[in-house]
Amino acid sequence: MSRPVGIVGTGQTDHKSHRPDVNGREMIREAVTRALEDAELSIKDIDAIVIGNMDHFESINYVDTWSVEGSGGVMKPIMKITTGGTTGATVALAAYYHVASGLFDRVLAIGWEKNSESDTTAAIITCSDPIWDRFSYSGAIPSLATEATAYMKQYGATQEDAALIAVRDRNNALNNPHAHLQRPITVDDVMNSPMLAYPIKLLDVCPRTDGACAVVFAADGVAQKLTKQPAWVKAGSVRHTFTWFGDSTDYDRGLVSLQRASAEAYKHAGITKPAEEIDVAELYLPYTYAGLKWIEDLGFCGKGEGAKFVREGNTDMNGKIPVNPSGGVISTNCIGATALLRVAEAAIQVMGKGGDRQVDGAKTALATGFGGCFWSDVVILGAQKP
Amino acid sequence: MSTERNYDEQLTVKFTYPMPYRWSVGEHGSVFFNEIKKNRRFVGVRCPSCGMVYVPPRRVCGPCFRELDEIVPLTDEGTIVAFSTVNYPFLDPATGVQRPIPYTYGYIRLDGADNIFSHIINETDVSKIQVGMKVKAVFREPEQMQGNIQDIKHFDIIG
Amino acid sequence: MNDVAIAGVAQTGHESRKDNMIYADMVFDVVTSALEDAGLTLDDIDSVVTVSNDFLDGRTISGMAVGDASGGQDKNISTVEGDGTFGAFYGLMRVLSGYGASIVVAHSKGSECDIRYVTNGMFDPIYQRLLGIEAISASAMQAGEYMQRYGVSEEQLAAVSVKNHGNARNNPYAHLPMDISIDDVMKSRPIADPLKKLDCGPVSDGAAAIIIASPEIAAKATSTPVWVKGVAHCAEDYMIGDRDLAVPVALKDAARRAYDMAGIKNPAEELDLVELYDAFSYMEPLWLEGLGLAEAGKGMSLLEKGVTTMEGSLPVNPSGGVLSSHPVLVAGLVRIIESVLQLRGQAGERQVKNATSALAHGINGPCGQSHCVWILNKDK
Repeated sequence: MSRPVGIVGTGQTDHKSHRPDVNGREMIREAVTRALEDAELSIKDIDAIVIGNMDHFESINYVDTWSVEGSGGVMKPIMKITTGGTTGATVALAAYYHVASGLFDRVLAIGWEKNSESDTTAAIITCSDPIWDRFSYSGAIPSLATEATAYMKQYGATQEDAALIAVRDRNNALNNPHAHLQRPITVDDVMNSPMLAYPIKLLDVCPRTDGACAVVFAADGVAQKLTKQPAWVKAGSVRHTFTWFGDSTDYDRGLVSLQRASAEAYKHAGITKPAEEIDVAELYLPYTYAGLKWIEDLGFCGKGEGAKFVREGNTDMNGKIPVNPSGGVISTNCIGATALLRVAEAAIQVMGKGGDRQVDGAKTALATGFGGCFWSDVVILGAQKP
Repeated sequence: MSTERNYDEQLTVKFTYPMPYRWSVGEHGSVFFNEIKKNRRFVGVRCPSCGMVYVPPRRVCGPCFRELDEIVPLTDEGTIVAFSTVNYPFLDPATGVQRPIPYTYGYIRLDGADNIFSHIINETDVSKIQVGMKVKAVFREPEQMQGNIQDIKHFDIIG
Repeated sequence: MNDVAIAGVAQTGHESRKDNMIYADMVFDVVTSALEDAGLTLDDIDSVVTVSNDFLDGRTISGMAVGDASGGQDKNISTVEGDGTFGAFYGLMRVLSGYGASIVVAHSKGSECDIRYVTNGMFDPIYQRLLGIEAISASAMQAGEYMQRYGVSEEQLAAVSVKNHGNARNNPYAHLPMDISIDDVMKSRPIADPLKKLDCGPVSDGAAAIIIASPEIAAKATSTPVWVKGVAHCAEDYMIGDRDLAVPVALKDAARRAYDMAGIKNPAEELDLVELYDAFSYMEPLWLEGLGLAEAGKGMSLLEKGVTTMEGSLPVNPSGGVLSSHPVLVAGLVRIIESVLQLRGQAGERQVKNATSALAHGINGPCGQSHCVWILNKDK
């Protein structure tokens, strides 16, 4: 019933900590223009638009209608999707369903954030329940610190192991002209950075970034005419398992939502051995310890083997399954765009447009989104039409 | 808005007004705050399908999609499951000013509950806190209670 | 478009304040009721779309509050921030893409927020917001522009309020069923010229859910299916000053595409009823013009000729419309639900006789910047 859908173009801003030179609409327009150029389309060719961000970072209500001059939505269908950190991935999937449904042939997905426009932690805190959690909540870091502590205790991983993730991603970012943080770092740099909440130090966590990303999805029959190599959507699965913060804290079970979402996505994509069958992964890793632990939940390696898997170089650029050639979230984090950047970067790899960050011969790529109450989204792209 | 501005730079417009809300606590949540005021103890709610006891009490068990109505009395004590002493400054969205730091954010498994309850632990010296320690709630005096989360002042470590 | 049915519907009563309900309570009630209405269980559902707004709820990621209650814990779930008709559109696309059935559920409690602040947030933060503009004052300008352009009077528009509040008397879910006269509307408190209190819908607390199903799941359901024949949405330009507020061009585009999809050539004759988003009295004639049911400036003539009354050939808002119940976001989904009830013949005292084809309509953004149009039919 569903028809095949491929990604035919991507665009992103050159991400920075602060973009006072543009307002939000103008920043969105930069990404849209680049995506259209990449797909060799004009905005007239776009049939519908999906846009997403997190409202309270810029305090703009009805971003879909506010954005139209930048997003290209004047006299077009435009819809807003918002699911916290996972927004970019859920926006991508909404765009996918627009096309798969048969109702639209060419659809633009947009994620954006100007994190410089508010106090990021204050805005994030408003995602907690106002009756129960907001009084004591202090943003994402303490929950993640708890997850990290539990993981270290369970499997003996060290702070130095986690630092390897930051070193890998930050150094990969040097190959990505769009990345926000472009200074190489060492394990010592991470270990010597200020402690935010044990065991998380400043260089273990993502920055806050101003930036936008746009991705063009096209239908089977249309996609092939627009590009030699579309990145076909093989699977997309979402598990937003928990509603209450207090229910999501059994960290010894692993990241349940990612286990469930990836299991379903692998089934749809016909993947049984992820580390062998996936050529490159763009993972939403908001902090370093996730780079050890969540690859276990994705089945790249066994439980407790994450640190060893990373230490052995399996996730490096020339490793078994390179992770985050773009530099990942540790290098660039414009929140509403972050998960869409993962999808865009995965598509870039499959389309062979990665330049210095290209993984040779990448045919199957995996992208994830993370956010909300320990939620996960998984998108699998491939060179072969499903 | 400030009038002392450098017009040669890229300008920004400030918007600093708080948004007022009046959120319903709900029937189960109201029972929770009532119990604190009357009996200085917590209550949870038990799912008849999976047996989980949730606190604060809510109306639906997510995994079972069942309506919950069996309120379970708990005590005023629990165990630290995790904690984090927060040292970074940020604006408190409830007040619009910086929340006083440091403070210790804690995950507490209340005795008899299966999920965790988050609140503040009255200790900022990290060397004096450990996962597994027992804690006891310190409540406001009844006449100062307002039926909100701050009716619990914090949790004291008791061993 | 392949066949897709609406297999289950539910709404809460709409009222000024649901004091004892948190969002999750309302959502659980309508999701449970919609499943009951359809004769389906949660196992038949593989897609969940929640609809909420972070400003209204005072919570970033407002969808998080209702994950469990929507039944979405272990399913493919997403959140549309916008009117319920847009959320339903996403639920529909998922079914067209191969899902068996989507639950679409919307909630809002206007009573918990300051709706002036919330709708002020729709306007441009650099050029407009600090002026204090919000939904009512912007709509008042739109009303003024429409009236001046076509010589429509306040008394004429008051008749819309009289009709719709009157219709609401037959709707047990309505917030403001009222027996009022044109004089009552004219004498009601001035809000923002030319709008008076009875020209404005209330702000309500409420929730609604629908189940959109493939033919296979619809066949399993015990309810009478209502079929989606056409659906489209469209947004026009953003800045109020860049728009001709008296001509709803986005609605015209959405309506044209929805009619084409449904094979409707002459909507005035082929439709049996319309449920449209009349947040203010002037919106009914203006949207009727956008829907191609009246010529520009002639929207009021339909009511004046009796066409849009309960006894007319094309009743508009038999439910009492948004003028009578306005849970923001939910209201568009309620337009779909009311259409479904009519086409099933289950609309009770507000039933339109022999209703076969219905149009439901929702809006997003300031002054109807974005419109979504649904054409539903009793028959496949």
